[in-house]
Amino acid sequence: MKSLAELKAIREKALKEINLRDNADKIRVVVGMATCGIAAGARPVMNAFVEELNKRNIKNVNVLMTGCVGACRLEPMAEVIDARGEKTTYVKLDADKARKIVVEHLVNGRPVIEYTIGETERE
Amino acid sequence: MSEMVTLTIDGKEVKAPIGSTVLEAARLAGIKIPTLCYLKDINEIGACRMCVVDVGARSLQASCVYPVSEGLKVITNSPEVREARRVTLELILSNHDKKCLSCVRSENCELQKLAKDLNVDDTHFEGASNHYEIDDLSPSIVRDPNKCILCRRCVSICKNVQTVSVIETNERGFNTIVSSPFNMALKDTPCVNCGQCIVACPVGALREKDNTDKVWEALANPELHVVVQTAPAVRVAIGEEFGFPIGTRCTGKMVAALKRLGFDKVFDTDTAADLTIMEEGTELIERIKNGGKLPLITSCSPGWIKFCEHNYPDLLEHLSSCKSPQNMFGAVLKSYYAEKMGIDPAKMFVVSVMPCTAKKFEVERPELASTGYPDVDVSITTREAARMIKEAGIDFVNLPDEQFDDPMGDASGAGVIFGATGGVMEAALRTVVDILTGKDNENIEYKAVRGVEGVKVAEVEVPGLTLRAAVAHGLGNARKLMDQVRAGEADYHFIEIMACPGGCVTGGGQPIQPSSVTNLIDLKAERAKAIYAEDESLTFRKSHKNEKMMRLYEEYFEKPGSHKAHELLHTHYVLRENYPEECCK
Amino acid sequence: MFYRSHVLVCGGTGCTASQSNEIIKQFEKLLEDNNIENEVKVVKTGCFGLCEKGPIVVVYPEGATYSRVTPDDVKEIVSEHLVKGRIVKRLLLGEKEAEDVSKALEDVGFFKRQHRIALRNCGVINPENIEEYIAREGYLALGKVLTEMSPAQVIDIIKKSGLRGRGGGGFPTGLKWEFASKPQADQKYVCCNADEGDPGAFMDRSILEGDPHSVIEAMAIAGYAIGADKGFIYVRAEYPIAVTRLNIALKQAKEYGLLGRNIFGTDFSFDIEIRLGAGAFVCGEETALMTSVEGKRGEPRPRPPFPANKGLWQKPTILNNVETYANIPAIILNGPEWFSGIGTEKSKGTKVFAIGGKINNTGLVEIPMGTTLREVIYDIGGGIPNEKKFKAAQTGGPSGGCIPADKIDTPIDYDNLTELGSMMGSGGLIVMDEDNCMVDIAKFFLDFTVDESCGKCPPCRIGTKRMYEILEKITEGRGEDGDIEKLELLAKNIKASALCGLGQTAPNPILSTLRYFRDEYEAHIYEKRCPAGVCKALLRYVIDEDKCKGCSLCARKCPVNAISGELRKPYHIDQSICIKCGACMETCKFGAISKV
Repeated sequence: MKSLAELKAIREKALKEINLRDNADKIRVVVGMATCGIAAGARPVMNAFVEELNKRNIKNVNVLMTGCVGACRLEPMAEVIDARGEKTTYVKLDADKARKIVVEHLVNGRPVIEYTIGETERE
Repeated sequence: MSEMVTLTIDGKEVKAPIGSTVLEAARLAGIKIPTLCYLKDINEIGACRMCVVDVGARSLQASCVYPVSEGLKVITNSPEVREARRVTLELILSNHDKKCLSCVRSENCELQKLAKDLNVDDTHFEGASNHYEIDDLSPSIVRDPNKCILCRRCVSICKNVQTVSVIETNERGFNTIVSSPFNMALKDTPCVNCGQCIVACPVGALREKDNTDKVWEALANPELHVVVQTAPAVRVAIGEEFGFPIGTRCTGKMVAALKRLGFDKVFDTDTAADLTIMEEGTELIERIKNGGKLPLITSCSPGWIKFCEHNYPDLLEHLSSCKSPQNMFGAVLKSYYAEKMGIDPAKMFVVSVMPCTAKKFEVERPELASTGYPDVDVSITTREAARMIKEAGIDFVNLPDEQFDDPMGDASGAGVIFGATGGVMEAALRTVVDILTGKDNENIEYKAVRGVEGVKVAEVEVPGLTLRAAVAHGLGNARKLMDQVRAGEADYHFIEIMACPGGCVTGGGQPIQPSSVTNLIDLKAERAKAIYAEDESLTFRKSHKNEKMMRLYEEYFEKPGSHKAHELLHTHYVLRENYPEECCK
Repeated sequence: MFYRSHVLVCGGTGCTASQSNEIIKQFEKLLEDNNIENEVKVVKTGCFGLCEKGPIVVVYPEGATYSRVTPDDVKEIVSEHLVKGRIVKRLLLGEKEAEDVSKALEDVGFFKRQHRIALRNCGVINPENIEEYIAREGYLALGKVLTEMSPAQVIDIIKKSGLRGRGGGGFPTGLKWEFASKPQADQKYVCCNADEGDPGAFMDRSILEGDPHSVIEAMAIAGYAIGADKGFIYVRAEYPIAVTRLNIALKQAKEYGLLGRNIFGTDFSFDIEIRLGAGAFVCGEETALMTSVEGKRGEPRPRPPFPANKGLWQKPTILNNVETYANIPAIILNGPEWFSGIGTEKSKGTKVFAIGGKINNTGLVEIPMGTTLREVIYDIGGGIPNEKKFKAAQTGGPSGGCIPADKIDTPIDYDNLTELGSMMGSGGLIVMDEDNCMVDIAKFFLDFTVDESCGKCPPCRIGTKRMYEILEKITEGRGEDGDIEKLELLAKNIKASALCGLGQTAPNPILSTLRYFRDEYEAHIYEKRCPAGVCKALLRYVIDEDKCKGCSLCARKCPVNAISGELRKPYHIDQSICIKCGACMETCKFGAISKV
């Protein structure tokens, strides 16, 4: 170890690895992963969330799974819950949509209204 | 003068040098603190808790190791301190074999004295006690762990001073025992039988193997011609057993007492010491002249010989081939003397009184029986001799002086000084320098080799040569010197080594002085003074001036180093292992 | 590789003993079977502290904490939780907390009241991966110290933090470092005491198993502070997992240049060696430990000279225990004020306790100094099993003493415990209920001390044995007038004159039980009665003639045929034959048999 900078570089890298063990003050992305969700393609959705977040080095978001929320026809679903507990529910997702949610909602703070449950149900 | 600090002990202001202990400072103030495990410079471990004092700390502190400091307030005599010492002593007594009446150390036991001084109740804390087997298999030393109080004085002297390390504390807690590795008998270890553990022991847990029965038996046998020889160091110490001050020469009384015990003849081993000088001196000169193995190392001390055999088996060639004076004398008695007196050597019984426990091992060496009979039949220590004198009811104190018997009676001062460290060297120099210079030199006192310093060095100019000599006493010092020899860094011609610190005067067979004495005076120096006084009192102080011995050469051996001399006066050594491998498996 | 989920499995000694290695293997296999081995990572961590409920498995990011997991349970966790996102409620720690699983671990009562500083990384990181430690700000304190601070500043911070030794004595750590920084010497040493020996205490083991780098980092910081370039960790060989992880950690620290020459590009060099102890209790005493590190028989020696001046090989040395070291990096990073803001006036920060005995949540807890015994026992420890009454808590192991029920609201800190006649010690806390005999407890600890005495000084070597013998006599019904006084005389004088701290404190279990439970001793001696019904020799099983129906069941159950009688008439027990096994009492359907 030659310098503090070197240590910090290692820390940055390692922090990504263990970041998900910390839930305090984080935005949670909860993906429905019950049988219905998995059948509708929830797994690639979840993986897309994870990969995109990682690619963009976003540390304040944890991706969680949950079971069936009862609206199976809208699967794959995901809820974005911010640190204050406010929820945005996205439905009928796919991997591309998930990536877009990361960019728009989680990076720029603009919910992707068109994918939300409110917007979809209105149709 | 070292820097002083002022402290208060029992309300009394005391000035003591920085680095000294509370125990020492108290002594300066005339306050005596009891000690038990403490042996100055040897065992300073604060283990026994007898010397505890109140220094204002959370608990009481061992004054033997507690350093003085400016302004320190010490209380040595409060009810709390006294109670703590008494309880500790009562606890020690509760696990001590208290058969004092038949204990060899009765009346010379530090535990007994403390119990009396501290007014203890030895039944206060009764409970389980340990029962161990007594190890009496060694020819020299008997260990009785039932009497051991685990002060570790023996361990320290064996390990730190002698670097022999054959006893240690083993097990732990209540089962702690001082014993040899793997619980071996002492005789199976590289113990050199020096007996320094015995003189360090405050109680009767270590003692010499008692051979007085064998001597009594021989004396009672009308068939036997029983003779005794006494080593130089015995005469300056045996008086202590009868209440004489340390350093009192009791040569005459000793001879008288031995005669009264019934010995047919009482001889002086010093005569053989002169013989040793002639042989060893000749050997030295030969080795120097003929490019033999140098340095030549003396072989008088049987503890040292066994140490060398175990630890420096590669350097045995350096040892002089001369037997020790005890065995030279035994061989001469059973050959020359027997012939001259017309006695069958088989009917002759040679006893030696030695300051030494290792001599008991030495007399049993099979190689030391040149006449076909053991050179010496039984070796007893100064302490055993004193016990025999007491048992026989001889009034030692009031005996008239008597002379050693002829025809072997005379010895030179050179022979006498064998008893102190440096003595063999000095005696040898007195003779060798005369021989090499071809004249009778008047300067015969080689003070550089005297004294209690661990390793001493001297250089003596003789024609064509600067004779370099070194002297070591105590096996730890011997080890230092031998390591130099092994490394090729010891550029000496002649080395004297004595196993016991101080040489024979403070040998393992000598009267035991309690730590209350040895902590205050240097026993080595005090007894050595008597040795040098005896030397000065003699007419002849050079071995080759001992006429009776020179007649022995004329009549019997021809000359030093002759064939016959080699047959009777020289020996060889045995390769020994240091901790045999099988016990490490 | 980036994972969406981490499965943390406890690899502490307790959980390893209950098959946590099997559980890890099972996870790895089933993740592969389900093709999610690239999504979910299995991490072996150190101890979570809740050993009673082990093996513990925590799944992140949810933070779902599963307890008493068996290898068979793994299938369900994988298929339900990891594949389908449905938390396996039946395995969750504490049903009540199951509602909001995302906060489960922090919210379980056991963890809620804790404040984890020394244990901050235990159960959170993989102790065999230095990068996980670095991610948790590991070695940042060392970097800061080496590049920004002078040794004197480091010592000043530790002094200001108020940190005191966590190994037993409670000596101020900063002061200790300052003493050792003063002497000029060609060589100094930093030692770590990992010879945890109090029966029941295992916080040091858990830290070494769960977060070995925190100790290594702290030792390097200490080395810089006092001017030492060499460290020794004295760890008992009975801690194989700790030793393995320490070795791995040392190797990694060397590879990363966090040990060795010119650390952080500075002039500072530091290296650490491990020394294995053979488990002698006395080797936890500082001078004995150093003697043992030197390769000699582990025995204490008198002080002064103190190790700060003459320690290992007569060189200035500091010795701190594992838990003390584990606090150091956090203090450096967060500042002394942060640390001294926790705790009581004279005891700052937190203390880890190993709670055991008559308590529901046996395990390891880290609490702020000043927490009361009641909070520890009831809020964190989950109370006493079977609704029994709390009688006393023993702290400080064989050197400590008992805190009786009426002192249960005393805030726990160094000085309060000492005042109560006990001591902080290394943090063993054994809870006792009404079924514990206090004479028997004292005997238990004395038995330990007698066994572990090194034998160097007579007060400990013989005195503890004599005290034990008296206690044995009392519990066997042979106690007599004067025994208590004799115990007191011995205790007082052993305390005053034993050579080392262990001997001096050996009488504490007796002194403190005599102080609070003298009546129990007296009942044993004068009434030949053990109030708690523990001491067999003083017990009698008797049949109540009014309640006995004469069914003969007890007589048939008795293994030594001590019970006889006629059917349908009251039976009786022959006391001379009875071995007091209690089988009759358990068997009786009418409650006719009782212990008196």
